[in-house]
Amino acid sequence: MSYSELEPDIIPADAEPVRVQGRTPFQLAWSRFRRDRLAVASIAVLALMVLFAALAPVWASWTGHPYDQTFPKTGLDPDGLPKGPSGDFWLGADQLGRDVLVRSAYGARISLVVGVCAAVLASIAGVLVGTLAGFVGGVLDTVLARLMDITLALPYLLVAIMLATTFQISSVGASLTMTILVIAFFSFAAFGRIIRGQVMSLKQKEFVEAARSLGASNVRIMLVDVLPNLVAQVTVLTSLLIPTSIVFEATLSFLGVGVRLPMPSWGSMLGEGSDVFQTAWWLLIVPGVLLLLTTLSFNLLGDGIRDALDPRGDRVAGRK
Amino acid sequence: MTRFVIRRLLYAILVLWLVSTLVFVFLHVSPVPVERVIGGPRATTDTLEQIRRNLGLDEPVIVQYWDFLKRLVQGDLGDSYINGTPVTDLIANRLPTTLWLVLGAGVVWFVGGVVTGVLSATRARSLWDRAVTVFVLVGLSTPPFVMALILLFLFSTKLSEAGFRFFEAGPPLQEHFFQRMILPWAALAFLMVAMYTRLTRGAMLDVLGEDYIRTARAKGVTERRVVYRHGLRSALTPVVTQFGIDLGALIGSTIVTEKVFGLQGVGQLVYQSIALGDTPVIIGVTLMVTLFVIVANLVVDVGYSFLDPRVRLA
Amino acid sequence: MSGGQDDLLVSVEGVYKHFPIRQGIVFKREIARVHAVDGVDLQVRRGETLGIVGESGCGKSTLARCITGLHPVTRGRILFEGADITGLSKAGLKAFRRDVQMIFQDPYGSLNPRRRVGSIIGDPFAIHGLADGADRKRRVQELMELVGLNPEHYNRFPAEFSGGQRQRIGVARALALRPKLIVCDEPVSALDVSIQAQVINLLNDLQGELGLTYVFIAHDLSVVRHVSDRVAVMYLGRVVESADGEDLYRAPRHPYAAALLSAASVADPDEAERAERIVLIGDVPSPVDPRRAAASTPAARRRASAASARTPSSSPARATRRPTPPPATSRWSRASASPAGRP
Repeated sequence: MSYSELEPDIIPADAEPVRVQGRTPFQLAWSRFRRDRLAVASIAVLALMVLFAALAPVWASWTGHPYDQTFPKTGLDPDGLPKGPSGDFWLGADQLGRDVLVRSAYGARISLVVGVCAAVLASIAGVLVGTLAGFVGGVLDTVLARLMDITLALPYLLVAIMLATTFQISSVGASLTMTILVIAFFSFAAFGRIIRGQVMSLKQKEFVEAARSLGASNVRIMLVDVLPNLVAQVTVLTSLLIPTSIVFEATLSFLGVGVRLPMPSWGSMLGEGSDVFQTAWWLLIVPGVLLLLTTLSFNLLGDGIRDALDPRGDRVAGRK
Repeated sequence: MTRFVIRRLLYAILVLWLVSTLVFVFLHVSPVPVERVIGGPRATTDTLEQIRRNLGLDEPVIVQYWDFLKRLVQGDLGDSYINGTPVTDLIANRLPTTLWLVLGAGVVWFVGGVVTGVLSATRARSLWDRAVTVFVLVGLSTPPFVMALILLFLFSTKLSEAGFRFFEAGPPLQEHFFQRMILPWAALAFLMVAMYTRLTRGAMLDVLGEDYIRTARAKGVTERRVVYRHGLRSALTPVVTQFGIDLGALIGSTIVTEKVFGLQGVGQLVYQSIALGDTPVIIGVTLMVTLFVIVANLVVDVGYSFLDPRVRLA
Repeated sequence: MSGGQDDLLVSVEGVYKHFPIRQGIVFKREIARVHAVDGVDLQVRRGETLGIVGESGCGKSTLARCITGLHPVTRGRILFEGADITGLSKAGLKAFRRDVQMIFQDPYGSLNPRRRVGSIIGDPFAIHGLADGADRKRRVQELMELVGLNPEHYNRFPAEFSGGQRQRIGVARALALRPKLIVCDEPVSALDVSIQAQVINLLNDLQGELGLTYVFIAHDLSVVRHVSDRVAVMYLGRVVESADGEDLYRAPRHPYAAALLSAASVADPDEAERAERIVLIGDVPSPVDPRRAAASTPAARRRASAASARTPSSSPARATRRPTPPPATSRWSRASASPAGRP
């Protein structure tokens, strides 16, 4: 895969047969992506965030502050108000005297896991439903398309809250699964609609007709001819779905119906701390900035991927 | 045309029915014992049984469902489990706050988004355009509740001491209307301004690249006229379309803003009802919000099909 | 060229292809039909090239797709080597497809942009389970050489080729299974004129080498004239005239054919001077309900008539020149008035 730059156009008759290889679309996209400084920077930020999250137990043992343990003596002042950042509590303590640094690290785990899992799940479901509806057509298409329309018409926040409360979940693990499923459910429809449109237009392409005339089965056409043409779109949509899912999770946890206590999430940290923001600004700033930084990085990354895969995108349009 | 409207109406009714059924099923498979919520932890078995009978919960589910549908058709959403008030009254009581919130924010984000979008499209690649791009990215990345918390934090501490009393908690809506609403509007509109800026900018750049715009310029039409008469007019169509849909959808997303700013709107109502297990209220609000979404979509679709007959065939 | 009935490869007998237009609120009901192919009879002989011409929307591409089995026909029979293909089972259809291949119009749309050329040309082998691994690669490279592509470009993507090269890829793919019939659906109309000649010469050479039979669809009459042994003229879903190539060009019988031919560019400037343009007025009638459109038949649309078009051909009579099937209505006033009696 390395003759790309100096690939000879004419092969001399006496030359050893050289394995000539064009640059794959992926290689082209990667070389474009590498030149996008914002996108590369966002990858760096996200890598740090992953590291921060992965090392959560290390922070806990380092500071000696497990995420769910309160330290009323060292973390709260005599009036019962949380103490700010200090040598003991690097990012301050919360309203119950817990370590904000350690809790933020565990919160990062939740945000990243929920964001990525929900986005991937939604895109799998979206691709499945979208391709089935678009490719098979007929009654199946009508049913699936209507299903997606109805999902989009549902007031998602209300139904999400309803679901979370209806199935009274108390364990952290179950609430995590529930949150991921709820977010994926409300994201797949928009995804599926786009994929359906794409598949319907791909189906009209002559290369699909060519495959049919060669005797290819529907399954083969779907796998070999249709799906590979969706890869770019699916990658972009999924990467842009991650920040949306992270915000969704934070909102649910803020309202107390997302990931259950005592597992901290940035959303629930913001929710619990909101009564003492006036005196303890770090309870707003720390999880707020972390959340913003993460969603911003994912958005930049998604934009970068889109521009790399589709050079005729937004930024170029501006040069018209 | 009539055929198209009829088809959309039938479809809207179908969606409403499906959503109501869905919500009904969800809430009736709920393991939350409503009688226990109402009767309290010390209620006797007899009392609990009595409560169940009063609420009609002893009937088979299918009978309850049928009753529910029958009442629904008559516009009756039932009574609250908690205090027996008709759900329609509860909603009617709370709806104005939410509507003011959404409409006010709508004006802010539409005007803000379109103006910023047009300015940055006509000055593409300028410093201003870049600043707007950054703003859009930050806006799209900020969860509305974080924005609300930040605004509340800023304006309820230092700034309010300095005399900027933008936020008044507590008094009824009629008093200090703008003081109460400015911050919620800003919080709710922040993300949407970013979205609409991006939307308008994109639509505007597309339109300004069209041949007929070049023709207008070639004819000697002033740049001002080109941008505002020829360009903006067609660029606005997709933006207005999206606006209709978003206005409807946002009615269901005000929970967070209402909670942060202590506004007693529909969002708070349903949030509190969920905590109390007040099923009829939850169903009622969900249906009402769905109705808003559907009506908004219907209006947009029908309006659009007047402008662009091709849609009718789709 | 061709002789008796034994050499008949394809026989299209009274084929209709209608596309329904549906409308309805809940249940869709059929409100009209597009008569894309409206009663066509055609024969293709082994080793010959049958050209099909007509303006866009006349049903020639639909007819091509019926012959290759891509569209099921509404009515009629299509015999391939004497066997009807219209009611084939899935397996039968797959076997049939080894014998009939298609070359498509758009060299950009007909190649999957995400796949390497080697795997595109190897597709027929993969689908029919005929060759694997190194064997498949060798055969694909042979094909690439055969159509004038560098076999070393096996691993390239379609985007790295020019339009003409892409069409060669399409030809290689069509040749892979050594089909008996290749249906070319406007194979050169998307190419530059200079490239067109190369691709057409390639198709001609391959026909000689491999003994192929072509159905060649085009709207460019000079291209069809160059490649075809016989030409069928289609108009509104029907074959209005079918004749030996040179006969048709010298003496078209049907007014539409005459008008169509008069519009073709003529290489000889003297001849071009003499030629009279026949101009049709009005629009082509809608194929949704052609019977309603009697007012705009070619005869009626005709403004100037070329008298020479009516003089009988001096060429020896061939059985290939067939009369137009008598239409149901008097759409072809002149054509039905003068039955093209041939010995």
